[in-house]
Amino acid sequence: MRLRYAAPLALLALGLLIRLGGGLSAAETKEVQIDNYSFTPGTLTVPVGTTVTWTNHDETPHTVVSADTPRSFKSGGLDTDDKFSVTFSKPGSYSYLCTVHPYMTGKIVVK
Amino acid sequence: MTDGMNRRGLLRCGAWAGAGLVWTMSGGVPRSWLLGDASAATEGLTFVQISDTHIGFNKPANPDTKATMSAAVDRIAALSPKPAFLIHTGDITHLSKPEEFDTALEIIKGANAEVHYVPGEHDWLDDGQGFRQRFGQGTKGNGWYSFDAGGVHFIALVNVVNFKAGSLTSLGADQIAWLKDDVSGLSASTPIVVFTHIPMWAVYPKWGWGTADSAEALASLARFGSVTVLNGHIHQVLQKVEGKVTFHTAMSTAYPQPAPGTAAAPGPLKVPADKLRSMLGIREVAYVEGQEALAITDTRLSA
Repeated sequence: MRLRYAAPLALLALGLLIRLGGGLSAAETKEVQIDNYSFTPGTLTVPVGTTVTWTNHDETPHTVVSADTPRSFKSGGLDTDDKFSVTFSKPGSYSYLCTVHPYMTGKIVVK
Repeated sequence: MTDGMNRRGLLRCGAWAGAGLVWTMSGGVPRSWLLGDASAATEGLTFVQISDTHIGFNKPANPDTKATMSAAVDRIAALSPKPAFLIHTGDITHLSKPEEFDTALEIIKGANAEVHYVPGEHDWLDDGQGFRQRFGQGTKGNGWYSFDAGGVHFIALVNVVNFKAGSLTSLGADQIAWLKDDVSGLSASTPIVVFTHIPMWAVYPKWGWGTADSAEALASLARFGSVTVLNGHIHQVLQKVEGKVTFHTAMSTAYPQPAPGTAAAPGPLKVPADKLRSMLGIREVAYVEGQEALAITDTRLSA
């Protein structure tokens, strides 16, 4: 096990990124920051397969909950520095909100 | 400080701190005077509002919310006459964690009085599971209820469950229908006290400081001569009078928040440690039958 990971880890340590060709793209990750009761960026457009991670920098807990019914995704209460991740495997537009401060809204567009 | 503290002493302290104004309502006209001059009710019904204890919060704005809640409870325990009961207007906990609820309950036992609760949004992060398990018995819907004490009809409303994107929180049609029914048999001269977490008036909608359908709820109470609405959520004292209805938001025992619109966002306001307790407090409410007025006294923990 250890050997199998050794080479990629070494490459990552050198700052190299390996990308597979033939339509198979490496999983992307994107970040949304929660600061001062707002999501930044408010709208984020990502390719299918992207994992989006929200981080709460406020001293007040927030949630990240999709606005659809039934909910496509729903975090619990995120305390300061807590993170929440969702991998988007289908194209679409996903509106979400903080359910305890519903004027906090955002959107993930998956293409 | 609390040794030998009686009610009169506490009121004097409140006046000393500049927090000691008594508000009364008479025929739709609010009147206030300094506590030293007030013939505040010494008999009749007295109860205490405690709010936004945020047990579990430990950031720089207040690293020890247990200590400040305990200080508030010590104040309450020292009151004379003893209040008939307490109301807690929500945000008992910071993160709805079981141990936070349990710690808060343990601290509040020190007041040695019955406590009537409503949830804050911080108590509903687990969809109300922990709150309902502890406080849901005998309540309707998501935890609303009413009771009578000392000739006053008390109504506990829940406005931290119905959150819709881009909108203020709401009570919801079920709760409003229940409210209408709940007061239908009451005489219009019955004093009404409504208590809930989020303000029932538009304090600052941009920060979510209001309730979308509060006007519908208050319409059911329009025929009553005296309606007092008590809430928490915004961690500061604000009053508003609208016809026969008076609205009062209360201080927190945990941390202050900025005045509406004075910061980029709401949230814990950091103040120098020696100033913190001057921005935290409790509220006493007194009612004497026949006087048609509730006397409201906000007292700072520093007083």
